[in-house]
Amino acid sequence: MNATANTVPNFASDQEVRWCPGCGDFAILAQMKKVLPTLGVKPENTVVVSGIGCSSRFPYYLETYGMHGIHGRAPAIATGLKRTRPDLQVWVVTGDGDALSIGCTHLLHALRRNVDIKILLFNNRIYGLTKGQFSPTSLPGLVTSSTPMGTAHEPLHPLSIALASNATFVARSVDTNAKHLGEVLRRAAAHRGSAFVEIYQNCHIFNDGAFDFAKNPAIRDDHIVAIAHGEPLVFGKNRDKGIRLDVAGPEVVTLGGEYNEPDLLVHDEKADTNTIAQMIAGMRHPLMPEAIGVLRDVDRPTHNDLMRDKTPDPKSRETAVNRLLHGGETWTVA
Amino acid sequence: MEIDEKVRESQAKSPVDVEAVVIRFAGDSGDGMQLAGTQVAVSSALMGNDIATFPDFPAEIRAPRGTPAGVSGFQVQFASRQIMTPGDTVDVLVAMNPAALKANLGNLKAQGTIVIDIDAFDAKGLRLAKYDENPVENGSLDEFQVIEAPITSQTRKAVEQLGIGHKIATRCRNFFAMGIIYWLYGRDLTATTRYIDSKFTGEVAEADKLALRAGWHYGETTEAFERSYQVPAASQAPGTYRNVTGNEALALGLMSAAHLSGKDLFYSAYPITPASDILHRVSRFTECGARTFQAEDEIAAICSAIGAAFGGAMGTTGSSGPGIALKTEALGLAVMLELPLLVINVQRGGPSTGLPTKVEQTDLLQAVTGRNGEAPMPVLAPSSPGDCFNIVIEAWRIATKLMTPVMILSDAFTANGAEPWRIPDITTLEAIEIEHPKSPTGMEPFRPYDRNEWLARPWALPGTPGLTHRIGGIEKADGTGAISYDPLNHEKMVKLRADKIEKTALLTPDLEIAGPESGELLVVSWGGTFGACQEAIVQAQRDGLSVAHVHLRCLNPLPRGLGAILKRYKTVLAPELNLGQLRQLVRAKYLVDVRGLNKVRGQPFWIGDITTEIHRLLGQEK
Ligand code: SF4
Repeated sequence: MNATANTVPNFASDQEVRWCPGCGDFAILAQMKKVLPTLGVKPENTVVVSGIGCSSRFPYYLETYGMHGIHGRAPAIATGLKRTRPDLQVWVVTGDGDALSIGCTHLLHALRRNVDIKILLFNNRIYGLTKGQFSPTSLPGLVTSSTPMGTAHEPLHPLSIALASNATFVARSVDTNAKHLGEVLRRAAAHRGSAFVEIYQNCHIFNDGAFDFAKNPAIRDDHIVAIAHGEPLVFGKNRDKGIRLDVAGPEVVTLGGEYNEPDLLVHDEKADTNTIAQMIAGMRHPLMPEAIGVLRDVDRPTHNDLMRDKTPDPKSRETAVNRLLHGGETWTVA
Repeated sequence: MEIDEKVRESQAKSPVDVEAVVIRFAGDSGDGMQLAGTQVAVSSALMGNDIATFPDFPAEIRAPRGTPAGVSGFQVQFASRQIMTPGDTVDVLVAMNPAALKANLGNLKAQGTIVIDIDAFDAKGLRLAKYDENPVENGSLDEFQVIEAPITSQTRKAVEQLGIGHKIATRCRNFFAMGIIYWLYGRDLTATTRYIDSKFTGEVAEADKLALRAGWHYGETTEAFERSYQVPAASQAPGTYRNVTGNEALALGLMSAAHLSGKDLFYSAYPITPASDILHRVSRFTECGARTFQAEDEIAAICSAIGAAFGGAMGTTGSSGPGIALKTEALGLAVMLELPLLVINVQRGGPSTGLPTKVEQTDLLQAVTGRNGEAPMPVLAPSSPGDCFNIVIEAWRIATKLMTPVMILSDAFTANGAEPWRIPDITTLEAIEIEHPKSPTGMEPFRPYDRNEWLARPWALPGTPGLTHRIGGIEKADGTGAISYDPLNHEKMVKLRADKIEKTALLTPDLEIAGPESGELLVVSWGGTFGACQEAIVQAQRDGLSVAHVHLRCLNPLPRGLGAILKRYKTVLAPELNLGQLRQLVRAKYLVDVRGLNKVRGQPFWIGDITTEIHRLLGQEK
C-alpha cells in the first residue's frame, strides 16, 4: 500500500490548468500533489468532489476519480459516495460562496454527521468565477462589482461555523505557507471523520491582498498565531507575544513583563467541548492575531459507523428480499 | 372462536349475495378511519375478494376536530369480480360525526346506507359541522337507510369491564364501527384480531377486541339491519397474494431491482407528503442491505444519490412535485454525468404546496421538459399500486442500460391506494445485467464518454486502477470527456444525449390496444387513471360502443407505434387529472387533434366521468 520511492503515484492530471496566473489556487494544488502521494492511498481510491467556482475546478487537475458537481452541493454528493463506498478517500474542494452561501446547509450537515470526508474551503472572500461580487466572507466596506458603495453586512466565519456544527476536525492554513499547509492537509487526511480546513487563498484579480496580514512575510508573524496541541499560544516576529485567557476572553499580552509563557493559553485540540476552540476561532484581525493550525481534532463515530449498513451476500439477500415480498397478511390461490 | 360460529350462524340465516360493495369510513383525522378501512380491505382480500382502496385525508395530522375540513375518509371496495377502482359511489357510509356525514353525503349511492354515531350528533357536533338543524331529524336523509348507532356510548360500555379511562375507551370507537360492517358483510374477524395483537398490548389490545366484537353483536342483535350480505370470493390466478399500496410496491420494487442487479440500494429523501412512506419502508429493509439517508433537503437527497451512483451503487431518490422542483438542477447534472439514477415523483395537487394529500397528474410536463437546457430523460408511470413494483424494475433496467436518470411518476391516489398483488418469485425475475469496465491492459487513456451500441457511456467505478477520470456539469468532449466549449461538439453531444433517450422505446413493451384496432374512439390514458379508464371502456363496449383503450406506461419517449395507432381512430380522447399535458405532448409530436377530459379537483376519476364523456363523444348521450 505505502508508496515507495520508485512507485510514487503521480497525482497530476494532463489537463491544462485554467486559473488566472498567480492565483492562490496554484499553491494549494501544488501542496495537494505533494501530500497525496504520501498518504498511502492510491489515485484510483481517491475521489475529489467539488461544486462551482474557481476552486471547484480542482478535480480536473488531479489524476484521481473526480466530480465537478453543481453549486454548493459537493458535501451532499460526497456524503452519498462515502456512505456507499467507505473504501474510498473522499475530498471536497469548495469556496466561500460555494460552501457558505448557496451550499451552507450541506456543509453544516456533513460536519454534524461526521461523514468521513475531507473538506477544503478556499476562502478568498470574493466571487471570482462570476467576476467579483462580494461573498459571504467579504468584509464590510469591500467595494465589489455588486456593491459599488461597499459591502454592507457582517461576514460569516468558516471556523466558527464548523465548530458550531460540531465538526471533529477543524483547521486553518494559508495558500502560500507551503510547509504549514502541507502539514495541515496531512493531518486532515489522517483524521477519521469530517475534516474541515479553511485555506486563506488570494484572488489577486478581484480581492488582492485580502489576507496580506497572514501572507506578507514582513508583517504576518505579528498577525497570525500558529497553534499546536499542548503548546502555549505564542506569536510575534520575536515570539514576544502570547494569548492569555482572561475572564473576558482571549487577550494579547507581551511576554517578559507581567506575563510569561506559563500564563498563556495552552492549546488543546482534543478538548471535549469546543468552547475554547470557538474563542480561538473568534480571534480576528485586526483586533487579534488569527490562528492557523489545527483547532480541533477529536474522535467521534463517523456517519458510516452510526449507520451500520449491512452488506448481505447474494444468497442471504435473496432470502431476505423474499421474506420482504411476503410480508404482512398473505393468502394463496390454488 | 365464538364469533366464527356467529359468522356461520348469521350467514346461515339470510345473507344475500352481492357482487361488489363500497364502504366509506369517515371521521376526524384522529378517529382511526384509515386503520378501519385498511383492515376491511385486508380481511376482504384474505376472503378472496378483489379489493381497491382510496384513502382520502386532510393535510393536517390532527385537523380541527368535528369540522368538515378535518374529515378523514377511507373508501374500500371489495368484490367477487375483478375491480380496478375503489368505486364511484358508496354503498355504506360510516359517519363518526356530523362533519363526516356532511363531507361525504355527496358520494353516497341513492338509497345507500348510512351508519352514524348518533352520540356525536349533539348540539356541539352539529354546530362544528355547521348544520343548522339535525339532518337525522329533519327528513333530509329520508332517501337513505340511516342506522343511528350509539357507537361512542356502546363502545364505552363494552370496555367498561377493563376499568380504563374514558379517553382510551373512546379511542376504540373505530373498532366498534368496523364490527358493525364486519357483521353486515360477513367479514372474518380473524385477521383484524391478529392485527390488534401484533400492534397493541395489554388493555388497549383487549379494549380494541372487545369493541370490535361489540360492534359485531350490535349488528347482529339490534334489528337495525334487515339482513346481512356476503360477497363471494373473486376468481384469481393461482399464486400467493398480499395487498400492497403503491408506495409499498415502490419500496419493494427498489429493493428487488437492487437485488436483481447486484447493487447496493441507496435511497435518499427529504420528508414530503405523499412520498415519505417510501423512505419509512425502505429504512426497514436493512437486512437486505438497503441504505437510506434522510437528507437535509431535497437537493441533498438527489445529490447524495448522484454521489452513490458515481461510486457504483443504485442511487435513488423520491419526492413529490415541490421537492422535484428543488431537485431540478441536480437532475440536469445527472443528465450531463450520464449516471444511472431513479427519481420518483409521487404527484400531488399543485402548484406550490397545493393540495399535499390529494391526487393530480400535473407534473408530467415538469418531468418531461422541466429542466434548463436540452435535458431529456425517460419518464415512466405506474398504472396501479401493484404496477409500481414492475415500473421500478423496468426503470432501473433502462437507467443502467442507457446510463441515464429515469423519472417515475406515481401519484397520491396510486401511492396510498391498495390492491391485491400476486407476489413474484424473486428467483425467477430476470436479472439486470450491468457491466463495469475493467482496468485497461494497454496504455491508451480511458475515454469516459465513449459510447456503446445503446449510446451509453461506460460506468467506470472509483477504485478501478487505470480508469481514473473526472466528470462534471460542464459540456464534455465526445469520447474523451474533457471539458469542451466547442460549438459543434456541444451540438453533437446534445443530439447524442437525445438520441440515447429515444432508445428507451426499444426497451419498453409494445403498446396493447384493448378493443377494436381502429374505429370511432380511442381513449389514451397514462398513470394512475388506468383503472377508471379501463373499467369505463369495458362498460362502454358492453353498451355496444366502438371504443378502444391504449394506456401509456412510458411518457418520454412516447412509445413506438403510438402515432400510427392514433391515426386509426376518428376521435382520440385523453382523460387526465390536469389541464391537458399528455394531450399537448401527443398533439405536438403526432399532429393529432386529441380531445381532453380534464379534472383537477384533487380527486381521482370516477368511472362515470369517463363513460359519460365516451357517450357524449359518440353522440350516445346517456
Ligand atoms: S478569479 Fe481569482 S480565484 Fe479565480 S482563478 Fe482568478 S485569481 Fe483565482
